Amino acid sequence: MNTGGQAMQELTEMPAETEVQPKQLNDGSAVLIQALKDQGVEVIFGYPGGAVLPIYDALYKNPISHILARHEQGAIHAAEGYARVSGKPGVVIATSGPGATNLVTGITDAMMDSLPLVVFTGQVGQEVIGTDAFQEADIIGITQPITKHNYQVNDIKELPRIIKEAFHIASTGRRGPVLVDIPKNIAVELFDEEEHVDEEVNLPGYQPTTRPNFLQIQKAVQAISSAKKPLILAGAGILHAGAMEELKELVERHRIPITNTLLGLGSIHGEHELFLGMAGMHGTYTANMAITECDLLVNIGARFDDRLTGNLNLFAPNAKVVHIDIDPAEIGKNVPTEIPIVADAKEALKELLKQEIASPVTADWIAHLKEAHKEYPLWYVEDKEHLLPQQAIQIIHRVTGGDAIVTTDVGQHQMWAAQYYSLNNPDHWVTSGGLGTMGFGFPAAIGAQLAKPKERVVAIVGDAGFQMTAQELSLLQELRIPVKVVILNNEGLGMVRQWQETFYEERYSQSLIPVQPDFVKLAEAYDLKGYRINTLEEAESVFQEALLSDEPVLIDCRVKQLENVYPMVVPGTGLHEMIGVSGK
Amino acid sequence: MKRVITVTVINQSGVLNRVTGLLMKRQFNIESITVGHTEQVGMSKMTFIVNVEDERKIEQLVKQLQKQIDVIKVDDITDKSIVMRELALVKVISPPHIRSEMNSIIEPFRATAIDIGKNVVTYQVTGNPEKIEAFIDLIKPYGIKELTRTGATAFVRETQKVHSPQLSILK
Ligand SMILES: Cc1ncc(C[n+]2csc(CCOP(=O)(O)OP(=O)(O)O)c2C)c(N)n1
Ligand SMILES: [Mg+2]
Repeated sequence: MNTGGQAMQELTEMPAETEVQPKQLNDGSAVLIQALKDQGVEVIFGYPGGAVLPIYDALYKNPISHILARHEQGAIHAAEGYARVSGKPGVVIATSGPGATNLVTGITDAMMDSLPLVVFTGQVGQEVIGTDAFQEADIIGITQPITKHNYQVNDIKELPRIIKEAFHIASTGRRGPVLVDIPKNIAVELFDEEEHVDEEVNLPGYQPTTRPNFLQIQKAVQAISSAKKPLILAGAGILHAGAMEELKELVERHRIPITNTLLGLGSIHGEHELFLGMAGMHGTYTANMAITECDLLVNIGARFDDRLTGNLNLFAPNAKVVHIDIDPAEIGKNVPTEIPIVADAKEALKELLKQEIASPVTADWIAHLKEAHKEYPLWYVEDKEHLLPQQAIQIIHRVTGGDAIVTTDVGQHQMWAAQYYSLNNPDHWVTSGGLGTMGFGFPAAIGAQLAKPKERVVAIVGDAGFQMTAQELSLLQELRIPVKVVILNNEGLGMVRQWQETFYEERYSQSLIPVQPDFVKLAEAYDLKGYRINTLEEAESVFQEALLSDEPVLIDCRVKQLENVYPMVVPGTGLHEMIGVSGK
Repeated sequence: MKRVITVTVINQSGVLNRVTGLLMKRQFNIESITVGHTEQVGMSKMTFIVNVEDERKIEQLVKQLQKQIDVIKVDDITDKSIVMRELALVKVISPPHIRSEMNSIIEPFRATAIDIGKNVVTYQVTGNPEKIEAFIDLIKPYGIKELTRTGATAFVRETQKVHSPQLSILK
């Protein structure tokens, strides 16, 4: 029998009962969001859908800044841009099936360019995996060759460990994308905090070597000391390792000329007196001749990609090769290497700098290269009728003082930006090198701007590539972040057209775009300021106004349609056989 | 040239897929694969026989395998002194009147009859792949109805006879 007195008594006893802590039960989604916070994630790039509804609900309850791209490809390229300039892993969430498959290009791009990403995809519930359920895609199978590693969470108990490992793997060693596939039932399953023991990351099969082997360092310094024509080739490994100071010290102390890969740009000041410009297919004459003539090539953090080397049999024929790379599989893959050094670039350079060695005598070599540079600089022929794309980039460079974060898309404009936008700062260059992904540049600029809100971010894109991810203009409209979009508009697939001109007797098959949207009106449709440039004079005034404004802007910069990127190493030929080295 | 590669992996779902996928992506020609548990809990060992053009290619293969997160150890044991075994099951047409003839043929191979029907016998034979080849060649004229081979698995011997040339991997 219940009396009022008893009820009162029960109530007063309540606090005593709560002293026995109730079990802390969160679901998988809540665990995920909390884990992201614990990892210090500032921003997520993503797009919701059925399989990730629980995750988005957890995000609603425990918010982390989330950028709703308008296409998953936009989300992942933005995450790449964020990762490239911040050095932190970019975090992406997408739903199962089409959400996940829309990420494939970005994942591959990040894999090729060693960018740290942690990608979460929803998956159909475990009970229906393998039944071709609605929006089921075997994203683990699909991304197996394009991820550094991937996981499907099969048991909620594994979730915290997997998330930890994913961040660890993505952001250590040679960086890369890691994908975590989360079945929907795991996202809603209850997680028992009490039974959970927090484990340290323990990956016996993953122990990247970061410290260089001392004997190899010894060999390298001897080689440097006795070289007559040494050359440093610096790649993105310098930037990933943050080894810019050490690199500069090595270059200056021993007076060794230096060149960059496309992705290594910014690892040394673009106007450093010993910098020869970029090497490779559209590199400078001087850089490519230096590679051909050098007797010692010190590659730090570059992977001897074919766009850099040209015909391998003719590459650096006179050189002894030192190759410093965090990934042992890159050493000796394409170019036989006398002195392999598996290490983080910064650790290796520090060790090199500790050794007391006699500097090589390089004065004649440097004089010779400076002569070549004077004789064969980058060139173009001015055109009274048209603004040249190279001129446009020179003006952008002048107006921004070489301090902007520049992102590019893929094509001719990318090469001109690499040639003419000389960078003052590291981690200010965001471009798709390995995969050459059109549609990358604009969303990458959004990610870069979010990572560095105070910096001026300029996306230099082509008229064609821009249209592959142009829907992300919505993000500028929504966030009002001051990204400057410069379309170098040559009314066509310029790079394709150039190859058709050079190798297919000017048969411009599908490379001249017959119609275009009015890009200024397009900008206005998204409530953005749009500009159009037709002449050199307009370029001077518009860039001055638009690039220095605090608002997002889009500039349709009309440039000469049939301009070509020179000089050029024709595929299959050696670097020394470049064409178009001089306009004379 | 043929190379024998052993790979110790953590027994995770998908690891076999990752390893074979990698071989496919890098265009390696796999002759055989075997996989099974090892003495360590949670570890499996794979043995591959691959066909490669040159040393550089095999070095690449070893390094790429090594790079996989779930791969603990990769060895190219081709030039070492090794024991290698494969098992084959061979179903041969063998009417009763030739059985004793068959028995004398298989005897030197230490093959055993493990299933006998009216007109067919299934033999089991183990040995290195060359021995299996030789066995099959001898048996073939009698009419092989079915044949299945496990692929080779291998161990490095305790004592190494000669100094074997090592590849310049992962130094
Ligand atoms: C997704 C994708 N599709 C196709 C290509 C091949 N491709 C390389 S450059 C290029 C033309 C790019 O044109 P645009 O964006 O206008 O740049 P431009 O070369 O004219 O500066 C094409 C089609 C590519 N790199 N990426
Ligand atoms: Mg174009």
